[in-house]
Amino acid sequence: MKKFSKFLGVVSVGTLAITLAACGSNGGAEAGNNSASSDAATPVKIGLVTKTDTNPFFVKLREAAKEAAAEEGAEVVALAGKFDGDNEGQVAAIENLVAQGVKGILITPNSSTGILSAIKKARDSGVVVVALDTATEPADAVDATFATDNLKAGVLQGTWVKATLGSKAPSLIMLDGTPGGTVDTFRHDGFLEGMGLAEGAPEISGQENTNGDQTKAQTAMENLLQRVPNANSLYTINEPAAAGAYQAIKAAGKQDQITIGSIDGSCTGVDNVKKGIIGATVMQFPGTMAAEGVKSVVEYAKSGTKPTGFTDTGTVIITDTPVSGVDSKDTAWGLENCWG
Amino acid sequence: MSSPLTDSVPASPIRGARLLEIIRQPLLGPLAALVIAVIVFSFISDNFLSTANLSLLLQQSVVIGILAVGQTLIILTGGIDLSIGAVAILGTLVMAKIGAIHGPWVGLAAAAGVCILAGLLNGALVAVLGLPPFIVTLGTFTVFFAATQLYAGSQTYAAIDGLQTFLGDSFKIGTFTVTYGILAMFVVYLLVWYMLKQTATGQHIYAVGGNPGAAQLVGIKTKKTLLYVYGIAGLIAAVAAWAAMGRIPVADPNAFQQANLETITAVVIGGTSLFGGRGSVFGTLFGMLIVSVLRSGLTAAGVDALYQNIATGVLVIAAVALDTLARRRSS
Repeated sequence: MKKFSKFLGVVSVGTLAITLAACGSNGGAEAGNNSASSDAATPVKIGLVTKTDTNPFFVKLREAAKEAAAEEGAEVVALAGKFDGDNEGQVAAIENLVAQGVKGILITPNSSTGILSAIKKARDSGVVVVALDTATEPADAVDATFATDNLKAGVLQGTWVKATLGSKAPSLIMLDGTPGGTVDTFRHDGFLEGMGLAEGAPEISGQENTNGDQTKAQTAMENLLQRVPNANSLYTINEPAAAGAYQAIKAAGKQDQITIGSIDGSCTGVDNVKKGIIGATVMQFPGTMAAEGVKSVVEYAKSGTKPTGFTDTGTVIITDTPVSGVDSKDTAWGLENCWG
Repeated sequence: MSSPLTDSVPASPIRGARLLEIIRQPLLGPLAALVIAVIVFSFISDNFLSTANLSLLLQQSVVIGILAVGQTLIILTGGIDLSIGAVAILGTLVMAKIGAIHGPWVGLAAAAGVCILAGLLNGALVAVLGLPPFIVTLGTFTVFFAATQLYAGSQTYAAIDGLQTFLGDSFKIGTFTVTYGILAMFVVYLLVWYMLKQTATGQHIYAVGGNPGAAQLVGIKTKKTLLYVYGIAGLIAAVAAWAAMGRIPVADPNAFQQANLETITAVVIGGTSLFGGRGSVFGTLFGMLIVSVLRSGLTAAGVDALYQNIATGVLVIAAVALDTLARRRSS
């Protein structure tokens, strides 16, 4: 047993040493970046808390924030929840950032209610908190919000689909995200407004929740097409859902029958519009959200002026089949500006 | 306990001392790793050893830390509980919803009742029907998770009473913030440590995990012991649920999706054998703190969260490898 515990100790230390070596080199590289791009003696520290580490949208948000921070001579510490809905993870992230002495926190709140007390504590200790991408409920739980106006995005999407159908009566399928989600509800309601339909209208032939997941969307669409073979229009909560639905539509040989509208504006999504998989997508600008958020915290650090209110970071509809009455950009523009 | 037991399960005071030795030895590795990690990170990050940071570290460990005690008990019997996080989440929703209607004390009692029942269901399927714990709890995890979603209507419920969030309240010792949740966690560890070390039931748990056949032969009621362990794990999940309401005053059916895995990580790094019969709750405490310190320290040092996951994974595999080596050597 003695030998064993000795061995245990040695291995534990070894593992830690490896981890620390990895961290040492990483930290060194980051310090180098800072000194190269900034003249300030102590760069403004800004925390970024996203819903997860791995969703491409949040990866883009993080990259854009780091880029903007480098320009402003600030430093971004990026943390995240472990999965969509990880309130505990986001609260821990906020606490740790406050402990590290950040000037401001940019956050894409997981749940509009679950993390409000942590946000309040952070604000009470003098940290400015800015919501990115998703607003909190109530919206004034944070100092300011930089996000897509998702209702407007939905209206754009619906207007384009309706115009594309022309005189045909809609037989609409809706692939929603997560029931009760703030963003999901805004987009859904906006789309129906753009289509000129009321909730529960008979033109809505089918509806299914997909959590924005490509595989679930494909399964849902396969099943819905069994029930609604004559569907001619499709709402999707995001581009992965649209891509999944297209697989099902193609397998059923109904590509020319169904018009697909989507939202997001990722480069993959725009590419799918170019290939004709998605009819049109509404682009959002996470890069702008992050950059504006970083700037607002740097401004606060300089002048003490806190950002306020809701800032719409803009939406543009991307399609290669424009319709009259809807301002749109083509996929060439889209590929240049995807998630800008 | 009157019958002579096998080598690993002591009956006499002398053998009791030997048992203590066995339980204590695997503690050295995790404890050493913890101390080294704390020292190293205190050099890397200026404020790592600050009272504010250490308090945060503990506050953030409370829910998983409490749940991990239940997981330790189950793993000591040679089982595993993949449903433990889902039971706790169900507990938070019962606490919030029933509490809103019938008052906070009733809500708390109802949550404890539901969690114990859930634990006993697992225990009955394992002990009485003799089904493998992995499969049983994989199944009940799915059932509990879906039941929680149905019960919550996919909505969150805010805590409406001070009793529900009591474990999140705090007082200060100097500049160190102590939440009642941190105290509750240590109380749970001490109680279960005492139960394992000083009571006959504790000895039975080690015996059932070490060699169920032999345990039965010497007259230990293995089924009863298993039911007891799973029931206690359910009760502990209810305490964790209470602590979770204190941490974030909202019952959210989507929360703690990785709690099951995090408790297993803590138990394994803490040196408790996945094969049952060997380990201790304080090992689990150290195991969990090692993961927390690693995360907190690496975050302060600016290391990407994905590298932190790799580090945690490597630790788990190293710990299991050591356990397997130790078993081979002793057999």
